[in-house]
Amino acid sequence: MAATKKPKLAVWKFASCDGCQLSLLDCEDELLAVAGAVHIANFPEASRAVVRGPYDLSLVEGSITTSHDAERIHRIRRMSRRLVVIGACATAGGIQALRNFADVDRFKQIVYPHPEYIECLAKSTPIADHVFVDFELRGCPINKYQLIEVVSAVLNDRKPNIPRYSVCMECKRRGNVCVMVASGIPCLGPVTQAGCGALCPSYNRGCFACFGPAATTNPHALTGCFEQQGMTGDAIVRTFRSFNATAEPFRKQSEAYEQ
Amino acid sequence: MNSRSIKVDYLARVEGEGGLYVRIKGDEVAEVRFNIFEPPRFFEAFLRGRHFLEAPDITARICGICPVAYQMSSSHAMEQACGITVGGALRDLRRLIYCGEWIESHALHIYMLHAPDFLGYEDAIGLAKDYPDIVQRGLRLKKTGNDLMGLLGGREIHPINPRVGGFYRVPTEKELTAFVEPLEWALEAALETVRWTAGFSFPRLERDYECVSLRHDSEYPLCEGRVVSNKGVDIPVEDFLKVFEEEHVPHSTSLHAFVKDRGDYLAGPIARYNNNFDRLPEVARKAAVAAGLDEVCRNPFKSIVVRAVETVFACAEALRLIHTYSKPDRPFEECTPRNAIGSGCTEAPRGLLYHRYHIDDQGLIKTARIIPPTSQNQKAIEADLRLFVQQNLHLTKDKLTWQCEQVVRNYDPCISCSCHFLNLQIDRD
Repeated sequence: MAATKKPKLAVWKFASCDGCQLSLLDCEDELLAVAGAVHIANFPEASRAVVRGPYDLSLVEGSITTSHDAERIHRIRRMSRRLVVIGACATAGGIQALRNFADVDRFKQIVYPHPEYIECLAKSTPIADHVFVDFELRGCPINKYQLIEVVSAVLNDRKPNIPRYSVCMECKRRGNVCVMVASGIPCLGPVTQAGCGALCPSYNRGCFACFGPAATTNPHALTGCFEQQGMTGDAIVRTFRSFNATAEPFRKQSEAYEQ
Repeated sequence: MNSRSIKVDYLARVEGEGGLYVRIKGDEVAEVRFNIFEPPRFFEAFLRGRHFLEAPDITARICGICPVAYQMSSSHAMEQACGITVGGALRDLRRLIYCGEWIESHALHIYMLHAPDFLGYEDAIGLAKDYPDIVQRGLRLKKTGNDLMGLLGGREIHPINPRVGGFYRVPTEKELTAFVEPLEWALEAALETVRWTAGFSFPRLERDYECVSLRHDSEYPLCEGRVVSNKGVDIPVEDFLKVFEEEHVPHSTSLHAFVKDRGDYLAGPIARYNNNFDRLPEVARKAAVAAGLDEVCRNPFKSIVVRAVETVFACAEALRLIHTYSKPDRPFEECTPRNAIGSGCTEAPRGLLYHRYHIDDQGLIKTARIIPPTSQNQKAIEADLRLFVQQNLHLTKDKLTWQCEQVVRNYDPCISCSCHFLNLQIDRD
């Protein structure tokens, strides 16, 4: 009996925009097949039905920004045989991690008439800073086909086939002309992990690093090129400070230019 | 006196994290709270010091379901600050990508999030077991919207192609013509959706809403127009904050928008429809009338039918735009920053989305203000709940709880949007 039982899937949300879990509902052609292969046991965005844990696979979206959430993630980890985090918020703290470079009390005062009502942590941190994570799927947002690959890999106890090379590889494969070499458009593709299909260069703009740093990167060499193209230090700081600002290679590079 | 309460800790089938609390004392509703406990993300704070061209990419991250709305409102605000307007084919392409977002978002809400309530299912997966063809139709309709956003935006969630001034790359006529056939199918499917949803049975609830939306001289509103209401508001977008205000109330600990000196108002499909019925294309007007909708709709449960009518509009409008498209000479208008303030208001699928920025002559953002649809609708949601519970005290707790959830889902609330500056903590007696 147990062998034929469908694995239980749960989807959890922390500080985020909901876009990465929406990717699951955006798999219009595959959704009903996925629903046939797994038991969607806890997915509030899609269903009011909740099946109690433990779960075979938990997908976690969002970053940790409150003390309540810092505890909740431990409970979720205890209920989950495998825990996969999805998207830049969950893997790097997301855009809301820009507070990590500033004073969060000042941020509260800017946004809220009554900052004293707001309870949140000084930093936005990725899930792996708090609990053991079985796999990190990058992207802002994630690529839905990569999500299906990861779900099926994890449920079949194999390693997900997610490349860690840079966007440049995807650009070459698409036959794009390099926007930086040919048009002088600053592009983070050389230091950014593939996964989007080299979208931005295909639309005549530079990559802005939705998928975070690639496996082996040299941001320093790249910023040298940016400077030659006339980019100022402030602009370089901003370039590395977006959706994956606290990812190690990007954080170091932006801090180096901050002085 | 007996006292009871309805509590939904984690509201399902909405986008984001919210809960519901209703306290009933005897035969009176003592308290109603639509709680939002999504953590704040401080967009208005970290936008300060960012470059104005980054605003569309950054603010898109407020919401994964309506990123185009954020890109459009921020772009229009920046263009106003720079003193340029975007017209012709570029303007048409903006309407076209917005139609894609409306089709995608409305189909998602109608089929996957809202319809299961009316038919007694926990979710669309359960619905699909009994009605596979209907759910397949909804998924295909949603996919048509997504594919349109994919072509024009690069991808459906957080598109990369829209920018201040226009687009990074504009499509060829041939790329767009490929969408004629899928959109013709989608138009039929949307009409079928109107007929299907019109057959649901709707709980009784009517309020005399102040309906707030954009209104344009000749079009059903997407990106442009004046901000109007059925109770006398008629202002240009830049006067928004003169008429609308937000409060951070201690007992509810959340920011609520309201009309100064008046109170709650309604934004979204019903408000747009009521203010702009005469601007709908004939095919959508006919479908609405055939479905039994009046020119003014006051029952929030019928928002599902209005959403279907708006989907008909979006498909018809997309086809019209594709048929008249001719590729523009350049993909965007140049914008030179100057020290100025700009406002932008566009119609997100779930209602009006207001952005206001002050930028300097280097193009750096000095202040940012964003008022998303769900914070505008919060007061109306609570007022609906109060009235609905008062009228339905005889229902069993389970049934009343489910229908209260439905009252919230009528608004297709986008809690990730609102919470970027809403709080958060739940008071308990």
